[in-house]
Amino acid sequence: MNTNANEGLQTLRRSTAGLEPYSGVWDAGTASHLLRRTTFGPLRSDIVALQQKTASGAVDLLLAPLPEETSQPLSVDSRDIVPVGQTWVDAIAKDPLSTFNPVGLRMNSLRSWWIGLMLNQQLSLREKMVLFWHNHFSTEVNSVGDPRFTYRHAVLLRKNALGNYKELVRQISTDGNMLRYLNGNTNTKTSPNENYGRELQELFTIGKGPEISSGDYTNYTEADVKAAARVFTGWKDFTQADGTVSAVTSVFDATKHDSANKQFSADYGSAVVTGGVDGAKEIDDLLNIIFSQPETAKYICRKLYRWFVYYAIDDWTETNIIAPLAATLRGNNYNIAPVLRQLFTSAHFYDPLNRACMIKNPIDFLVGAYRQCQVAISSTDIAKQYTAWLSLWTQATAIEMSVGDPPNVAGWPAYYQAPQFHELWINSDTLPKRRKYTDALVYDPIALAKSFSDPGNPAVIVDEAAQFLFAISLTATQKEFLKNTLIPGLPDYEWGVEWNAYLADPTNQTKINAVKTKLQTLFGFMMGMPEYQLS
Amino acid sequence: MKRREFLQYTIPAVSIPLLLGGMSLTAFGRSRMLNNIGAVAANDRVLVLIQLNGGNDGLNTVIPLDQYAALTVARSNILIDAAKVLKLTAATGLHPSMTGLQTMYTAGKLAVVQGVSYPSPNLSHFRATDIWLTGSDSNKYLSTGWAGRYLNEEFASYPTGYPNTTMPDPLAIQIGSVVSPGFQGPAVSMGMAITDPNSTYLLPGGSDTPPNTPAGHELTFVRQIAQQTQAYSSGIKAAAAKGKNKSVLYPSAGQNLLADQLKIVAQLIAGGLKTKIYMVNLGGFDTHSAQVSTSGSTDTGTHATLLGKLSAAIFAFQDDLTLLGIDDRVVGMTFSEFGRRIKSNASFGTDHGTAAPVFLFGSNANGGILGSNPSIPSNAGTGDNLSMQFDYRSLYVTLLKNWFGASPSMLANAITSYASTPVPAVSLIKPSAALDVSGQSLAPVSTVLEQNYPNPFNPATQIQFSLASSGYVVLSVCNVNGREVARLVDRHLEAGQHSIQWNAAGLPSGAYFYTLQAGSFRQVRKLMLMK
Repeated sequence: MNTNANEGLQTLRRSTAGLEPYSGVWDAGTASHLLRRTTFGPLRSDIVALQQKTASGAVDLLLAPLPEETSQPLSVDSRDIVPVGQTWVDAIAKDPLSTFNPVGLRMNSLRSWWIGLMLNQQLSLREKMVLFWHNHFSTEVNSVGDPRFTYRHAVLLRKNALGNYKELVRQISTDGNMLRYLNGNTNTKTSPNENYGRELQELFTIGKGPEISSGDYTNYTEADVKAAARVFTGWKDFTQADGTVSAVTSVFDATKHDSANKQFSADYGSAVVTGGVDGAKEIDDLLNIIFSQPETAKYICRKLYRWFVYYAIDDWTETNIIAPLAATLRGNNYNIAPVLRQLFTSAHFYDPLNRACMIKNPIDFLVGAYRQCQVAISSTDIAKQYTAWLSLWTQATAIEMSVGDPPNVAGWPAYYQAPQFHELWINSDTLPKRRKYTDALVYDPIALAKSFSDPGNPAVIVDEAAQFLFAISLTATQKEFLKNTLIPGLPDYEWGVEWNAYLADPTNQTKINAVKTKLQTLFGFMMGMPEYQLS
Repeated sequence: MKRREFLQYTIPAVSIPLLLGGMSLTAFGRSRMLNNIGAVAANDRVLVLIQLNGGNDGLNTVIPLDQYAALTVARSNILIDAAKVLKLTAATGLHPSMTGLQTMYTAGKLAVVQGVSYPSPNLSHFRATDIWLTGSDSNKYLSTGWAGRYLNEEFASYPTGYPNTTMPDPLAIQIGSVVSPGFQGPAVSMGMAITDPNSTYLLPGGSDTPPNTPAGHELTFVRQIAQQTQAYSSGIKAAAAKGKNKSVLYPSAGQNLLADQLKIVAQLIAGGLKTKIYMVNLGGFDTHSAQVSTSGSTDTGTHATLLGKLSAAIFAFQDDLTLLGIDDRVVGMTFSEFGRRIKSNASFGTDHGTAAPVFLFGSNANGGILGSNPSIPSNAGTGDNLSMQFDYRSLYVTLLKNWFGASPSMLANAITSYASTPVPAVSLIKPSAALDVSGQSLAPVSTVLEQNYPNPFNPATQIQFSLASSGYVVLSVCNVNGREVARLVDRHLEAGQHSIQWNAAGLPSGAYFYTLQAGSFRQVRKLMLMK
């Protein structure tokens, strides 16, 4: 794929800081940068927490293992056979005595639950890595058609989010959700289905290079697609109901497995997966072959770079960032955490040239905005809570990022489609929608203003709101313009008069409104600015 | 002056300068001629592209009935019952769910192009889609889209100076929330995305100059989108308010997403939007499994539903355009990244394949079947694929050249392989509506050499001539002694009207003779240089 296509990028100044540890000043700016890229938000409290650490200490905190997620998606509709407030993940698909099929309700429940986990994320890298893996091992709730499988898939991604890449590929290869999504469940000895064998190589591990001769994509060939498909023959998804409970898993049927040897091409050093021993274990042999290729580590490191740093990977970046990160990954037997630690503590990551250059994806944008605006969502009324979460999911879907349902197996085009990459998120349809959504979020602007150091001073409000909301600094003209939205045509001290009048009589609705509407306009405007699209 | 602007004039003396061998050669505007023959002016013409995402199974879409025995061997579990196939000819028919398209075919408003692909076809969805949208060779990578490059030829400085009175509307519109890579131009996307033409929302822009950094680059981009959105929204809203759909054949909203999209397109065209190209999508064609019903008849199931939606949507759209009286301004084309494998798999589906048919529709589509039925091996294996009959870029060349009247240089820039390996245009536009490369109607004109103007002259004059067919042309000037004093044209030229300036500075006053030699045609005229 052309990595350098965005016209004009060649003339931009690009970072030439390498992976050596960052040794500059650690302050609110660096802490905010790290948090913007690794969490949704950030919250002011998170900035304060990380600001007090070092780069290394901050990254330790973000990478620290979290206890396994205990919450499960719940039934929130009485039409489901599963009572409201209980989980459906181990339930039978539907009430056999009823014509009603709750599958659509459960799909929405799963989507809501996932949004809820992101909204309530802890100070950790985990949720953003789960989304990364979801983009990487893309599957679609709608296409899979059984959310019990997709739930297990989501658990798999979350459990391994900061774990071992090779192990994750191993588990994904026999994951019921993936078997259903890429037709592995119909892949048999007599009628192999190439779908997973192809995407495993093209998208999930080694990546497709230029076609150097007919059917040879540099890293693998059409024959390798067919050979890989044969390795996976015999695996299928499996559900068995017992009363109201069901077992949801995947199984290996040796009789459907092709037990002949699988010959791979010269791209893989003409390696062979020997058949006829233990069919279910052939996957390990195949993954050993794929993961012994240096390109495999580079491929995932490029994706990490596009997810966390910037989409343009020029020759310098390939040599000085991607290659050493890939070496770290291989040196650590494909454990992901050491690679992330190296990247997030590097001089490269904190170089001013690598800040504010990510266009926020819709989830980053919306979940971040909800958190920054501290949108209150009920935690006691489950139905209301799920409705609120689903409404965020619906908004994200309308601006082209449907969690659970990426557009296809390659994930979201913003992470692979040259030349635009991240710019694909922003167009004449999505940009106005983004503005509309954030406008509706600013309903407690007074609380936000109160968190600033001197809310009676309009210049301070603008300054500190800009620092909080924007990764890029504003010009003096812009700040003056923003101050003017707060106090149109008036001297600065007039704001102080209004603010103090409110403080002196904080329950007086007239006085509240006087400052509230002005602050709402200011913050709403700021979140609608192009600057707020950048991370 | 830009080509599109000159086409709007009806005064014949307006021309585009082309620099040829150091001489200023001009091709005449064609609007006068089009007025004469009643065809639609090029600047009123619209192209609608329908992308079928996922790789459509061409063999179950356009069914080669003369290959039925071999198809029975290759794909018995998904094969459509021959008796149910909707016949176009004795040997070729459509999937039973495509009744609307069959009707359009009978009315001469549907062209079927068989076996569309490219050399060394790619089986990856993403790469193959990129190839179709960027218009690249299989082994080349382009960062711009074919339609984007064409629009960049027509509207070279875009987005600077747009919208303006000549082009007040978006150049291209994607119905949806993501602009197609096919609209990507060299610097910016030439297209806009719209889901609801009635919605507009105030967007804050920004005016200071961002720094020359990656962040500044992205900030500039977002600001540009904000400003464009603002600039175009009122025109789109006005068109949406003015345009009223008239067909009752559209399914109710949400039932057929393609029909919903095409309905918006018809509304916007009817409302007067000057947008040149629209892109709409229908997904779900990646039918690896359960392409047909696994228990019922093979003409039901996923693929039948999709083709039914495609056919019904196009049929309603065409009905709407006709009722609105704008059907002669619009042609549409379907495409998919690839066809599917000849041999079906055991999951009642088909894996990624190569060549597939393309539909071109509209009142000015040249109805019929182009190409022949694919030849199916008697015992097709999993590796067997259909061979290419038409390079997909032939269709692009046809649309740009014969529908939009793009010049050779525009074609060379829009279809990047065109200069080295020109794929020919194919006859997909009705001859009465088709344009040739100089913007002329393809309707035959006679070869004729006109009297120069002004005459007598000093020191320059204009010589016009028309060519009935393309070919090698020599235009020379001799003095009264028969000695050649200037050779104004000595090369291959396309059919149509041409005009060339001759500057006689340095030659003595007197009579001269100019001769047009084009194949067997030869005509001599006299001109007077008066110093």
